[in-house]
Amino acid sequence: MHRWNLSSNCANFLTVGFVVALACCFVSYSTEVAAARRPSSNKKTASAKRRSVAKRGASTRVERTKSSRNSEPFTTGWSDTIIEFINRQVRQAWEEKKIQSSPVADDAEWLRRVYLDIAGCIPPAEVVEKFLANKDKARRSKMIDSLLDDSAYVRNWTTIWTNLCIGRQTPRRTSRRAMQKFFREAFAKNRSWNVVVRDLVTAEGHFEENGAVNYLLAQMTMRDQGVQATAKTIRLFMGIQVQCTQCHDHPTNDWKQDQFWQFNSFFRQMRRVDHRQYDPNTGRMVDDFSELVRRDLAEEGVFFEKRSGLMQIAYPFFFDTEVDPSVGLDRRTELAKLMVAGGRPYIAMAFVNRLWSHFFGYGFTRPIDDMGPHNSPSHPELLERLAMEFVQSRYDVKQLIRWITNSKAYNLTSRVTRTNQIDNPAAGETALFSHMYVKSMEAEQLYDSLIIATGAHMSGRSSWDQSERQRQQWLRQFVIAFGTDENDETTMFNGTIPQALMMMNGQLIQNAISAKKGNFLHSTLSGKGSDAVKIRKLYLATLNRYPSRRDTLSATKLIRSRSNKLDAYQDLFWALLNSNEFIFNH
Amino acid sequence: MILPTPHGMNRRHFMRHLASSAATLPALQFISQLQAHAVEVQKRQKACILMWMGGGPPTIDIWDLKPGSKNGGEFQPINTNVPGIQICEHMPKTAMVMDKLSLVRSMSTREADHGRGRYYLHTSFVPNPTVVHPTFGSVVSYELGTKRDELDIPAFVSVNAPSGSPGYLGASHAPFVVGSNGQIRNADMGKDKDRLRQRLAMMNVIETNFINSNRGELPKSHKDIYKKSVNLMTSEQMQAFKIDQEPPKVSEAYGANNFGRGLLMARRLVETGVPFVEVGMGGWDLHANVFNALETQRLPQLDQGIAALTQDLSQRGMLDDVVLVWMGEFGRTPRINQNVGRDHWARSWTVMIGGGGLNYGQAIGETDGDGVSVVGKSYLPGDIWATASYALGIPTTRMHTSKRGRPMKLINGGVPIKELID
Repeated sequence: MHRWNLSSNCANFLTVGFVVALACCFVSYSTEVAAARRPSSNKKTASAKRRSVAKRGASTRVERTKSSRNSEPFTTGWSDTIIEFINRQVRQAWEEKKIQSSPVADDAEWLRRVYLDIAGCIPPAEVVEKFLANKDKARRSKMIDSLLDDSAYVRNWTTIWTNLCIGRQTPRRTSRRAMQKFFREAFAKNRSWNVVVRDLVTAEGHFEENGAVNYLLAQMTMRDQGVQATAKTIRLFMGIQVQCTQCHDHPTNDWKQDQFWQFNSFFRQMRRVDHRQYDPNTGRMVDDFSELVRRDLAEEGVFFEKRSGLMQIAYPFFFDTEVDPSVGLDRRTELAKLMVAGGRPYIAMAFVNRLWSHFFGYGFTRPIDDMGPHNSPSHPELLERLAMEFVQSRYDVKQLIRWITNSKAYNLTSRVTRTNQIDNPAAGETALFSHMYVKSMEAEQLYDSLIIATGAHMSGRSSWDQSERQRQQWLRQFVIAFGTDENDETTMFNGTIPQALMMMNGQLIQNAISAKKGNFLHSTLSGKGSDAVKIRKLYLATLNRYPSRRDTLSATKLIRSRSNKLDAYQDLFWALLNSNEFIFNH
Repeated sequence: MILPTPHGMNRRHFMRHLASSAATLPALQFISQLQAHAVEVQKRQKACILMWMGGGPPTIDIWDLKPGSKNGGEFQPINTNVPGIQICEHMPKTAMVMDKLSLVRSMSTREADHGRGRYYLHTSFVPNPTVVHPTFGSVVSYELGTKRDELDIPAFVSVNAPSGSPGYLGASHAPFVVGSNGQIRNADMGKDKDRLRQRLAMMNVIETNFINSNRGELPKSHKDIYKKSVNLMTSEQMQAFKIDQEPPKVSEAYGANNFGRGLLMARRLVETGVPFVEVGMGGWDLHANVFNALETQRLPQLDQGIAALTQDLSQRGMLDDVVLVWMGEFGRTPRINQNVGRDHWARSWTVMIGGGGLNYGQAIGETDGDGVSVVGKSYLPGDIWATASYALGIPTTRMHTSKRGRPMKLINGGVPIKELID
């Protein structure tokens, strides 16, 4: 128990820091500040330090000159042997398939993408302008570094992993707040991924005091003897799907029914205890807190039923490794040790695959969480090497993100060219990463981006909890459950009519284009400058690029044709926010 | 080069279908008859209502009871208005409209995982990593919806359930998901149509520009969705969602619950011309206390809803044009577990199909005395959807082309169930 008291103290300390940081502004601008401070600052940030360690020896800051741009290999300004390996492996597949990559994305296209992918929202207009004026050869790699140090990075990855662990619809008697707190701390401190996984798998205690328990509590809404917890843990953290082997051997790979129950036997000591309390106002008993406790097993083996109706017994085995089946030994701790052991364990492969898919829209397997001999990866050597390096970096999540985002493939434009048309994973082809794939925004990314684009973050001084509550409320309209006991759900969001209706008529957009005093549109319109200047501001805030001459011409024409200028600008702002170029991550 | 056989599409599967059709008619003649029939049927406004039982319903307690077996459970069968067909005692109202419905008691579908089963029953294909197959509602939207120019609202509406993906048919054939309260969020723009037109004109310039910069399919489908959304916002047909406009007597008949309201909305939608409506009813994943849950909650609602919809369609003269399909992702274990529940079971279960001008009052196929396996010929999801396709006038021989140019069989080459169409 000591361990948990300690970490919950840390968490409290951190949370205070976050609330303060976020109270100042919704998404911090420390990005630019951090970048500006870097050259003169003696005090390196933790991640910068780590990077310089990783860099030692192998890495190079490549200075490019304009004339050599075509002959020199691409670089973001920072490279090392691993990034070179990624580039080589990806290029090799292009050569084999006889395709050529698209050109490198221009700075505006790339900045919007890297912001959405790392920080979870589009860049504010002033960041775009500064970046586009920046002539530093290493501006891209420096931007990656500063985004990884930004509080928006923590918020984004907290959202992603909270959704993965407990879903968007928080199950009853699960604390979303505490789950988020756990991930906030994990990503803010850049805790090693193996430690995060260990904490989630072995968690015990009060659901507010130890946020990690909420992962397992969310899988224990039914008294199902840990079946769901077993399947979800193997799928989410190890990238293997075994849920069907609960009842029978896997139809397409080597997984056997016994194995499911061997894994399940690790989860059989955990019990959820739901406490209730008397509410004097209503005179009824209401939910108090829940906790996860460990109880010794009654016997060493667990029983399960074969299809034939025969009862069988299973003991704790991690694949072929036998674990001491004593009833009092904490089996989840043993499981966690085995999950993270070795030079390239499943948790590393699964995380690399998931992360790659986050940045490119497609992973090395499809789906990303169904790996195994029946589903061979598109770039096996690359996946294995990255997993190995990830382990050797002590599961450094930020470092893995750095390797991926500094690679050439990540820096390519999303424009498809004649020479790589066949690289079309949306049509079922193997992804070759010869151009960036257009990705749909997640609901949270869109919400946060709308907040940035419309300047809503500038007026309100809301706390983390407050802004999170508003966001959750908005999100609820898009989530639908399937009605099974596994709490599976889907987002009716991307490319749907409800999404389009929300963008056209929703309250968020109504407020944004209302030109109320103090909001972005109002201050833009009341500021100085010609129509062209104002149009440029609207483009920078929404599409995060300067309008082309044609864009400006057609917008000016539309505005001048209208008698009411305010109406016309409102409509232009509406049109930009509703456009495909805004709503996709490209 | 030897290509691996896709899981679920092995040679035996193919042969089985070949054999079943060849047994009745020479295959080619059979196909040409189906095609001629399709042309005839499409002239009328056909529709399909899918009642989706999320979680997997225990059909052994509803449609195919096993009194006297150790697996029989707590319920007794009762007679229906079709001599020889018995169903559960807690389905008395449905028993009185059995002459307008049919049962396929010999489903055998293999997938007993929620996600995989849901995919399989909705698409007729087992999940496959290289392609996402369209859910049947999307197929109908593509085949029939695109021909109904007068239809402003989406051709595929799903009430209370997320349904499935449009797969390679693209986002414009995705289900339009609504709640059974009939309220469509954000559908009111609060401005006049002229203003909307001006906004759309501006947006169109930006959208087209981005599409022309060659970024793949997504930016194009965005434009399609907006077209549909604008149609929806500005259409009188939105009234179809407003079930509170029904006389109280009618809504009471359907039941004051989400399923009843959903079915009532489905009827209003198909009247308006929507060719596919899915209505979800969840809570069937009864691993524990199955009989209590069925008797007190699930079956009363289910019984009332099915009976009301069948009668209502029949009285309005629509029954022969609207196919009714009732299914979940699988059935449930014949064996009763230690928690008095039933677990997932795909090997032998029942689907209900009625209306649509099919043969009614049939009980097709059978399971053995304990309900653990099908006796004789069994059916796959594709066969159910082929039967529905037949009723809707969609040729089952139709091939689609996936985005990578691969020919895709509609509904996995399923064949209409002979007893229902002859």
